[in-house]
Amino acid sequence: MTKVPLSRIACARSGDKGEGSNVGVLARSDAAYAFLVEHLTAERVRQHMSAINVGAVKRYEAPNLRLLNFLLEDSLGGGGSASLKTDAQGKTHGLAVLRMELDVPEALLTKG
Amino acid sequence: MTRPNIVRIANGQGFWGDSILAPVRLVREGPVDYLTLDYLAEVTMSIMQKLRSRNPNAGYATDFVRLIDRILPELVEKKIKVVANAGGVNPRGCMDAIAAVIAKRGYKGIKLGIVEGDDVFTRIDELTTAGEKLSNMDTQAPISSVRDRLTSANVYLGAFPIAQALDQGAQIVITGRGTDPGLVLGPMIHEFGWKTGDHHLLAAGTVAGHIVECGAQCTGGNFTDWRTIPDMARIGYPLIEMKADGTFVITKHDGTGGLVNESTVAHQLAYEMGDPKAYLGPDCTADFTSIRMRQDGKDRVAVDGVRGGPATPFYKVSASYQDGFKAVGELTISGPDALEKAKLCAEIVWKRLASDGFEYPASERLVEYLGANTVHAGIAAADRADPSEIVLRMGVKGPDEAKVNRFGMELVPLVTSGPPGVTGFAGGRPKATEIIGFWPALLRKEFVTPKVTVVTVGT
Repeated sequence: MTKVPLSRIACARSGDKGEGSNVGVLARSDAAYAFLVEHLTAERVRQHMSAINVGAVKRYEAPNLRLLNFLLEDSLGGGGSASLKTDAQGKTHGLAVLRMELDVPEALLTKG
Repeated sequence: MTRPNIVRIANGQGFWGDSILAPVRLVREGPVDYLTLDYLAEVTMSIMQKLRSRNPNAGYATDFVRLIDRILPELVEKKIKVVANAGGVNPRGCMDAIAAVIAKRGYKGIKLGIVEGDDVFTRIDELTTAGEKLSNMDTQAPISSVRDRLTSANVYLGAFPIAQALDQGAQIVITGRGTDPGLVLGPMIHEFGWKTGDHHLLAAGTVAGHIVECGAQCTGGNFTDWRTIPDMARIGYPLIEMKADGTFVITKHDGTGGLVNESTVAHQLAYEMGDPKAYLGPDCTADFTSIRMRQDGKDRVAVDGVRGGPATPFYKVSASYQDGFKAVGELTISGPDALEKAKLCAEIVWKRLASDGFEYPASERLVEYLGANTVHAGIAAADRADPSEIVLRMGVKGPDEAKVNRFGMELVPLVTSGPPGVTGFAGGRPKATEIIGFWPALLRKEFVTPKVTVVTVGT
């Protein structure tokens, strides 16, 4: 196992969803997707983002896109024009999740 | 009518404020049958409603009129059709402005279409009397709690009225509120004769629309591996090559910057996603877990396999209401000790305001130290102990406009009455602006009748 940022094995895109945001985590390989389905749980993302998101986190799977979609339910300080936050639309939340440090099997890191 | 093999639909505007260069380049740098343009955000409808209340001829996207003035010769010469939601709360006013541009340029016989019927702002009481609850979809709160503060209410219409306007020969179709994917689905329905029950085809068109609706976000913009994106300054905006069977290719014009591959397209599929199995729209539901992608040459991604189902019996309503006021201001604090001084500055502001009788509860105020791990707060890898400079950003909100404005008066004095190295106050005092609250609701479809009008300009 090697400790690496999630960005080594996945990409991400995020945006606003009402008073929360969604973070789509896109695995870079089928093996990485299988690993993330097991280890990148909603609870793990909730803990990592807890200083930004004060709501629950829900996870959806789309294996055809190697995508895990996380809904962060209260991450925008009110959302829309009511938010005082700089990132009132969650544009940077994807990169925030990609900064998570994970113990990853070496085999996942040999390519890409 | 004869059906084409392939229809090329390009999206040149991903949101209100997107680059005007994008649609200009799309019509000049390669073949396009349809140009779609999205000008409406949720907040936009409320602003346009306010503009129209002051001037009955206003309330639409004036950027669109300037754009048409600029590209009209290409549209006419290349027979490119345009579908835009530029009508805002006044599609008729927008049509009149476009007609004036066409007349000014001396073109004759161009058909303009408008889609109306999305605006239910003046019908709220009628609808609630008829038994429609219009409760907030997220909070279940009753609409009575915001009734006297409502500033706009529109349903998201689907793609069929757009197709009707095209069926009647419109070269430029102007809508009010509709779904973003509907702008590209409308031309597909028109060209291929898709019907309301063709769930898989409508879902394929909806997926294609979702991929291109944010412009360059599927061609390498806002992409994780940004170093791999060539020539971002000249990034190509997306183009759909749709076939009658619902299979399509996402691409961009040859010679433009950016990148189209399975990853750039998947990035955009993930954008603003909820449950990937149930993407809801007024014309169908789409199952994003059925999408299959493969690279089909340089900067070409082929998509097939899309499955869909019937739409729900409801339109989504997007209403807005006045929800108090806010003010936000920034100052730049130089080092040494930038972060420590910025924290002192914030403390001084709150203390001075309190000493004058103005206290702001934690839920109505915010302090950010930009440069010291604000947008990624709490994420260890992003922490940096001693930044060379900090932008101090402070804000308050609440129902009392005067109290919000009082805060704004206490920020700039820090330049001479706080720690040294405080600057960047050129913007002056932050002033209270209105907060526009959103009210998402559902409305049974039978209460809404889309209205399509097509006129010929300069006969």
